[in-house]
Amino acid sequence: MELLTNILAATVVAGTPLLLVALGELICERSGVLNLGQEGMMLMGAVAGFAAALSSGSLVVGLAAAILAGIGMSLLFAFMAVTLAANQYAAGLALTIFGTGLSAFLGAGFVGQSIDGFTRVAIPLLSDIPVVGRVFFDQDPLVYLSLLIFACVAVFLRKTRGGLLLRAVGESPEAANANGLKVLVVRYLAVAFGGGMAGLAGAYLSLAYTPLWTENMTAGRGWIALALVVFATWRPERVLLGAYLFGAASILHLVLQGLGWKSSTELLAMLPYLVTILMLVLLSWNPARTRLNTPLSLGQPYRPGR
Amino acid sequence: MLLLEKRPVDSTLMRWASPVLALVLTVITGFVLFLAMGKDPVDGLKFFFITPISDLIGLAELGLKMAPLLLCAAGLTVCYRAKLWNIGAEGHFLIGALGASVMAVQLVDNSGFWVLPVVLLAGVLGAMVWAAIAAGLKTHLHCNEILTTIMLNYIALNLLLYVVHGPLKDPYGFGFPQSVMFSDSALLPALIPGTRLHLGLAFGLLAAVALWVLFARSFIGFQLNVVGQDHRAAAFAGFGARRLTWFAFLIAGATAGLAGASEVTGPIGQLVPQVSPGYGYTAIIVVFLGRMHAVGIVAASALLALTFIGGEMLQIAMNMPKAVTGLFQGLLLFYLLTCDAFIHYRVRLKPSAHQSTKAAVTAAHGEA
Repeated sequence: MELLTNILAATVVAGTPLLLVALGELICERSGVLNLGQEGMMLMGAVAGFAAALSSGSLVVGLAAAILAGIGMSLLFAFMAVTLAANQYAAGLALTIFGTGLSAFLGAGFVGQSIDGFTRVAIPLLSDIPVVGRVFFDQDPLVYLSLLIFACVAVFLRKTRGGLLLRAVGESPEAANANGLKVLVVRYLAVAFGGGMAGLAGAYLSLAYTPLWTENMTAGRGWIALALVVFATWRPERVLLGAYLFGAASILHLVLQGLGWKSSTELLAMLPYLVTILMLVLLSWNPARTRLNTPLSLGQPYRPGR
Repeated sequence: MLLLEKRPVDSTLMRWASPVLALVLTVITGFVLFLAMGKDPVDGLKFFFITPISDLIGLAELGLKMAPLLLCAAGLTVCYRAKLWNIGAEGHFLIGALGASVMAVQLVDNSGFWVLPVVLLAGVLGAMVWAAIAAGLKTHLHCNEILTTIMLNYIALNLLLYVVHGPLKDPYGFGFPQSVMFSDSALLPALIPGTRLHLGLAFGLLAAVALWVLFARSFIGFQLNVVGQDHRAAAFAGFGARRLTWFAFLIAGATAGLAGASEVTGPIGQLVPQVSPGYGYTAIIVVFLGRMHAVGIVAASALLALTFIGGEMLQIAMNMPKAVTGLFQGLLLFYLLTCDAFIHYRVRLKPSAHQSTKAAVTAAHGEA
């Protein structure tokens, strides 16, 4: 029981960065913009967060810096993909390549340093519930924050006027424009939200998960999150479920080793990527269903008027 | 107010001027960056762009880095022309290196002219199988090729790390994760004696020629172009999208696999964990910068090869982080895509609403 509880708690921790970045990308894609630059924005968030926290001594300052870095990166993307109507695939790839290079460049001086990251804060009473208490209510503050953001995103999309406008822009920018909506403004905001969330997810890695900075420390999580949004058929509840599922896959090798399974670390490290492909297969084999769920204008640049 | 206006016809001039403009903008940014870091910008740019290739050894090193970029980019061009977003060149490359290494270690006690071709073929076939996974996932299970190829890259990297730490590890290698040195018969001959430049560059240039023939002279190249430009038109014409997808992915696998195989049988001579400094990803920039054209990618691969050795030079000469290479490459692609917008659009001065009303009023007065 003890072991299971610990595994579940570790699953939530491993799933949290995925949840954060995937919620951001979910909003972004619901507005019709596909940003493949998640990996680059996360890396920038991770390095900015670490650098700011190290030099200021405050983790909150680190978080703010990470979010700003993510937003800054996403605005670069938005300028290309939304204002200049460039190919979103190419622009997103550019963002990832640029972010990978820039973060490694900026972070070169921080390799090998460490800070005191976020630690667990138990919520009184709730954390006394067996199993669930440890898994959800005895975690670091960012886990709580991610659950709060999840709730906000879910309510925003379903219950608010803003969510309706966002979905309208994603399904049919022409119709939204005809109804007087500023399509480009909505898309800019959605992209910026995605950037902020990716920055936050990066900071989770460098300030809580492993409180240090190494080059390419995201290890493909930005890409896994993109697959996660497809897996979740663009619904927040399924993003939550999927994030923890992928979180479980990414700690499976630790669990197996803990149980005395003798296998190579490298082979087990493939698991999250294999699981991602498997999930894509399960979710995509029926193209009609994929079409039904995809925001209709996803990946299509929009130019107002003329 | 500035307004972006769609051109009636795409600008051919801008299509070819855009990479040059992007390079100029990148250099300017680099200049500012050096200043901001308190380094001499002229020296910095000289160390990055000129010093590395100012002698024969340097030029040979440029060719050495150019070979894998050119091979990977040639294969990716076939995919991107058909709008198949294969990001998997890195994975194909690693599997190519892995396949060739496994064969070379098997044949380490053999000599003869046949050893090298067999080793290279093992790498090429391995990478083609790897690319076929992504092709099959796309054509039969409708999986997005961007995501599957990226995942396959990470899997390939871990597979290579497993093999080099496990089955292929040299038992007498003092615990280092590396294979035994290959036999001389499994090594690529040097192109210029006395330098590290090997036959791989010739493979790259041949691939560029083949690419030109494919798109300028062959029916299948035409079909790939049509599929890329208008999927529906291609379907009406009866061009099999599945068949073309398989063709493009297998070509990409073969060229990148050959690049990987040439890397381990060329400058390295054994399998090591750091086979690739990201050639497969940089090749994506080469394709865009080279305008998906055979001649263009040759020039672009030379420029990006320079970013690798320029970065190393800056590290040695000015004590800058090696990551300056990645930063430069990212900036270049960024500026390129920005400049590319002006292939389809032009900037026009649009009078603001207030001004245009005033103009209309003045005009009305003039008439009266």
